Amino acid sequence: MSKVIKILGTGCPKCKSMTSVVKDVVSENSIDATIEKVEDIMEIMKFNVMTTPALVIDDVITIKGRVPSKAEVLALLN
Amino acid sequence: MFDWLQHFADWLIYSVFGIGAESHLGVALNFFVYDTLKILILLFVIVFIMGIVNTYFPVERLKDYLNRKKLYGLEYFFSSVFGAITPFCSCSSVPLFIGFVQGGIPLGVTFSFLITSPLVNEVAVAMFIGMFGLKATLIYIVSGILLGTIGGWLLGKFNLEPLLSDWVKQILHNKMQQAEFLEEKRTFYQRLPEITNGAWDIVKGVLVYVIIGIAIGAAMHGYVPENFFNAYLGGGEWWTVPLAVLVAVPMYANAAGIVPVIQVFVAKGVPLGTAIAFMMATVGLSIPEATLLKKVMSLKLIAIFFGVVTLCIMLSGFVFNILL
Repeated sequence: MSKVIKILGTGCPKCKSMTSVVKDVVSENSIDATIEKVEDIMEIMKFNVMTTPALVIDDVITIKGRVPSKAEVLALLN
Repeated sequence: MFDWLQHFADWLIYSVFGIGAESHLGVALNFFVYDTLKILILLFVIVFIMGIVNTYFPVERLKDYLNRKKLYGLEYFFSSVFGAITPFCSCSSVPLFIGFVQGGIPLGVTFSFLITSPLVNEVAVAMFIGMFGLKATLIYIVSGILLGTIGGWLLGKFNLEPLLSDWVKQILHNKMQQAEFLEEKRTFYQRLPEITNGAWDIVKGVLVYVIIGIAIGAAMHGYVPENFFNAYLGGGEWWTVPLAVLVAVPMYANAAGIVPVIQVFVAKGVPLGTAIAFMMATVGLSIPEATLLKKVMSLKLIAIFFGVVTLCIMLSGFVFNILL
């Protein structure tokens, strides 16, 4: 089943590096997933996070406020 | 503590490059190498320590704590302290603001956090230790935290809720269910790589500002005459503090770039208190921050917020100049 990955962040440097980590992991391991960037603050607040960037996989907040390593993202996606 | 670094700088400039210790260039280069390396080491160490503190005391924990406990006024202080230890990222200030408001934390307490967060941050602290020493740094940290406490308390006295943006007011009215605070269960060893990487990222991010700041500082050391500022800013006239603060508020400078320049101002005769007030106004308030806050509050509220903080910074500038 295809996973839905959302990256919540208003466009700060950390959010960009999280996006690139996630994109790399998805393409390197050919994972079936769609990546969506959520940049609108009102949308972000619906997830009840206080620190960005946050990684949401299938509507579950998995990481917030920091940039994860590739290994960590891969583990979360499997 | 940094003797070995001075030896290294001496060896590099005077022996390896063969530039005379008597020449202006030699002295300036030596100063530049020594200062840059010292600051970078301090920066890494401080950011690393803050990273450890922060992984165990995330901001959600503060929110949870403020929510559950009755603190009889101390909540302003706690919120301000947390603002100091939380790494500041301008893009996080809006989500934090909403998160606090949503969690039922009073506006004034939220403001305490918002004031101290940019004011006392790991980069500013490291730069301060490197340029002014431990005592001045402690004064800076303590006064930053007090300023956040008092500023937030003052703002809490006004009735500011009607001045929030409409969508924030809506959030206030239909408070969502509180998300449980989830304790992270990873071990210290598991957290270490990301703390180290985070520290490197911050050091890399400010590296260029540190170098530019120190280079400008080094150049000014050579060309600005001794006691140059005495004539304008050092005389202790009462208006120098408000002037320094008002000039600094709209300015947006990275703490990494501004501290080495301020150090020269102080060396050339500007009172330390005036310099600290200038620094606080530069890093604490800025036009970009106002633009971000525009999303959650009306212009009037931003003006009140900036006004109160500006006044507090001016007051602390006066107090420093009397005490120091």
